[in-house]
Amino acid sequence: MPETISLTVNGNRITVPSGATVAVAMMSASAPCRVSVSGKPRGPLCGMGICFECRAVIDGVPHRRTCQILCEPGMDVCTQ
Amino acid sequence: MSLSFEIVVAGGGPAGIAAAIVAAESGKRVAIVDDNPRLGGQIWRGGLTPSGETKEWHKRLEACASLITHLPGVRIVDHPAPRTLVAEAADGVAFTIEYGKLILATGAREGFLPFPGWTLPNVMGAGALQAMVKSGLSVEGKRVVVAGTGPLLMAVAAYLRHAGAKVLMVCEQASLGRLARFGMTLARDRDKLLQTLRYGRETISIPFRTSCWPVAASGAEKLTGITLRQRRRQWQLACDYLACGFHLVPNTELASLLGCRLQDGFVAVDETQSTSVPDVYCAGEATGIGGVELSLLEGQIAGLAAAGRHDQSRTHFRARSRAQGFASTLAQTFALRSELRSIPTPETIVCRCEDVPLRDLLQHTSWRSAKLHTRCGMGPCQGRICGAATHFLFGWNQDSVRPPVFPARVSTLAHFTHKLRDNDFEAKETQ
Repeated sequence: MPETISLTVNGNRITVPSGATVAVAMMSASAPCRVSVSGKPRGPLCGMGICFECRAVIDGVPHRRTCQILCEPGMDVCTQ
Repeated sequence: MSLSFEIVVAGGGPAGIAAAIVAAESGKRVAIVDDNPRLGGQIWRGGLTPSGETKEWHKRLEACASLITHLPGVRIVDHPAPRTLVAEAADGVAFTIEYGKLILATGAREGFLPFPGWTLPNVMGAGALQAMVKSGLSVEGKRVVVAGTGPLLMAVAAYLRHAGAKVLMVCEQASLGRLARFGMTLARDRDKLLQTLRYGRETISIPFRTSCWPVAASGAEKLTGITLRQRRRQWQLACDYLACGFHLVPNTELASLLGCRLQDGFVAVDETQSTSVPDVYCAGEATGIGGVELSLLEGQIAGLAAAGRHDQSRTHFRARSRAQGFASTLAQTFALRSELRSIPTPETIVCRCEDVPLRDLLQHTSWRSAKLHTRCGMGPCQGRICGAATHFLFGWNQDSVRPPVFPARVSTLAHFTHKLRDNDFEAKETQ
């Protein structure tokens, strides 16, 4: 298994340690996971898949809980 | 797709792992269904390893692995018929799981209290920041404040410091008097005392404040600083992360869906860890917050009872009642003080999914009324975060749980829930 994984967060390339979750990639890129219903940036809160604050768009699929999903090479992640 | 097992364990933390292992050691075919991508739950997030505290369980799991099916990244969303669960995998594929016996080991989540600015990115749970670091986040050189309440705070502070963070302060809302009494209890338990001393050594240079809590977080796009209060004193502190959790809240949603009786917010169980629903057991934090030791004992008792080995399960009863004593001490020590109710301002968001401010909730007298009129608790977390907050702030209790217990894809509901329900209705009509 390679030691690092490269993926794209909001169009920018980022490298994370192998085994990192997508939420970690977004935090490392200083990208909010989602924008709230009143337009405010949000990031992970609970870190265990309960709060849904970390949901983002992964490879075109919205509402993915990024703290529960491991990064894969070439993933395309966007703020939701 | 449909899977069938003699025993299904919902949750892959210490209680679930222990339950699955003892059941498999008794020759049963077992499945561990877990929402997380890796086995271990929140406390053993890195999974079971051949060395360290999990080594005994790692060895036992290896020995009976052929009887245990691990289903990671799977959420249970409905219970449409007796002994049947509907689950959805991370890729969105839905399937049914049939069971002879079901062991609920759904654990707990952190408790959160709203304060101005708590919705900013980089304000998160104490265990949550630890989980992020375990999942690859670098906190090297980052300024972190750990706040809230509970024994988790010191463990998190020690962990973050070890990971290279500058832990500026640990703020515990409990008073020094309560902590001192808690310390006396710990002194009677050798293992817990040693653990505490170890954390103490690792965190000795970190300022530790009691009767202290955050009253605001500030920043534009993300957190840049916080305001803390200790008695009448209030001051500001610049930081990169606020790791803030107010002890733990049990995950009882699945138990409620199954119709299990709750007592004081926890799943009610008898001495064999049986719930009020036949063939459904519950073990671990969902029955009471008692830590990993109690979870392992309850898991073993539930697993042995589900496997029909009642005599064997009795051998753990004494150790369990000792560990339960610790659980009640925890609850007393870290009970939330009433002053915390005055932290949120009228503008503070309480329901983060729907951005409902405190102001809108003040006009309501029940969870249901607030939900119907303000959308509080109507978002994807289904009140898992704001439900505990409004319980503390207003004394509201959440209504009964309805399926799906987690947001599910329409295809999951269409293909399974209704089909099974329709069959159920047809069967009733033809009777």
